[in-house]
Amino acid sequence: MSLLRIDGVSKTFQTAGGPVHAVRDVSLEVAQGECLAVVGESGSGKTTLANMILGILAPSAGEIVFGGTPLAARRSPAQRRAIQLVQQNPLSALNPKRSVGASVRLGLDVYGIGTRADRWDRVEAALEEVGLPADMRRRGPAALSGGQRQRVGIARALACEPDLVVLDEPTSALDVLVQARVLRLLNDLRRKKGLTYVFITHDLAVVRNVADRVAVFKSGRLEELGPTERIFSAPEQPYTRALIGAVPVVDDAELKLRNTLAEAP
Amino acid sequence: MIRSLRIIAANPLSLTGLILVLLVVLAAALAPWIAPFPTHNGAIVDFAYANQAPNARNWMGTDLVGRDIFSRILYAYQISLLLGVVVLAIATPIGTVVGLLAGYLGGWAEAVLMRIVDIFLSIPPLVLAIAVMGVLEPTLTNAMIAVTAMWWPWYARLVYSIARSEREEGYVLAAEVIGAPTAHIAFREILPNCLPAIITKMTLDMGFVIIIASSLSFLGLGVQPPTPDLGSMVAEGARYLPDSWWLTVFPGLAILLAVFGFNLLGDGLRDVLGVDE
Repeated sequence: MSLLRIDGVSKTFQTAGGPVHAVRDVSLEVAQGECLAVVGESGSGKTTLANMILGILAPSAGEIVFGGTPLAARRSPAQRRAIQLVQQNPLSALNPKRSVGASVRLGLDVYGIGTRADRWDRVEAALEEVGLPADMRRRGPAALSGGQRQRVGIARALACEPDLVVLDEPTSALDVLVQARVLRLLNDLRRKKGLTYVFITHDLAVVRNVADRVAVFKSGRLEELGPTERIFSAPEQPYTRALIGAVPVVDDAELKLRNTLAEAP
Repeated sequence: MIRSLRIIAANPLSLTGLILVLLVVLAAALAPWIAPFPTHNGAIVDFAYANQAPNARNWMGTDLVGRDIFSRILYAYQISLLLGVVVLAIATPIGTVVGLLAGYLGGWAEAVLMRIVDIFLSIPPLVLAIAVMGVLEPTLTNAMIAVTAMWWPWYARLVYSIARSEREEGYVLAAEVIGAPTAHIAFREILPNCLPAIITKMTLDMGFVIIIASSLSFLGLGVQPPTPDLGSMVAEGARYLPDSWWLTVFPGLAILLAVFGFNLLGDGLRDVLGVDE
């Protein structure tokens, strides 16, 4: 059964230069436990789609159905809690004036998860789950590396116990080695917790590592949708072929090396 | 705290500012004990010593009715600092709340609030204060109201500009996705990022509020005699320049000292708190 169904969704922005059609009549489904990659160049409507899934933007037309219920413009706390976000830029995603623990705890307070007394324990458990020491909760983000900040971002999303996580270019601001480790962590967490991912990226090498299916976007339209293997081996649309052709080739030996490095502590 | 003091102490100008501010604050706080003539604070006349040039008994001379100018300056600092603290304690929170809401909420809130701020800013500050004082009676309380009325819009504008850029930051988006209340996002997430700039501005403004308050009393619209006030002391003495120069020069220097001190300290704080203008 599909966890998320996007049904004929469009989004049009009214600007001074006339209407801009950011997303045009997109329909797709995401199954429970699946990782769907959404790829496309910048301006293809990926982020607008993500913002509609998250409830930051309301669709101009169409419907977003989550767990069998159509989502209204104003969502209930339970509906918001079920869909969480991991952002692209870990530098700005954490408030420089608040401790890492306070940032992770916010969702617990808003949704009333756990009791007041055990929320700090939950924050620490969430940090440990993403491979950070529990006492890091007292630190400010300035003391953390980019990879550590991104782990905090993941911990903040997962502390809310979501069903679906929207990952908006979660690794594109990180260097290659850290990128591989964060991807591994995301894969492990998905398997362990049965999470569903909508993974927005322009990095097709990343897509190959994590996604079950790929949705290719071009100027607001869903150009092609299919299993990762098929998209890479036999792309149907010329645009998809061009996109894949633009990826630097990574051979098996290099992939293996990357994975070995990623496993190192 | 200790680290901040060390950064200030490392810069000779900031250190000078800190010392001057401490000096002014101590002078005001200890006025009743260190003033050679504590009773000269009020309506007292001592014509035997009227209009004396600086001498061993009256270090800064005496005024036209024989009161010790040094003693009166110490008491005048009390009024100046009180006025500065009260004005900023009221103007800053008002301006901050208005600026935060306009900057974070945008849309209608921004349009309405910032136009009100623009109206206040379009009136020259001293003119606004004079207008308020013209309608109200010239008393210390009304002087505070007048100066506060012209001061809060500057904080609204400062906080507004910071909040506007902060609302584009990822941490605000994160809090919005979670669904945190608007008050939490404005006051717990964005406000802490505005505080360094606010604190720096408050320090700089202490000096400017003292100047404005002195200007008002120079024009006879501020604190009324016999309460000592630096601005009115300069005004009274101005008629007797250059012969009785001590009547104006010492109160004038006292204003300069306080304003200069707060400005240097404010500049130093800006470096410590990493505020960029």
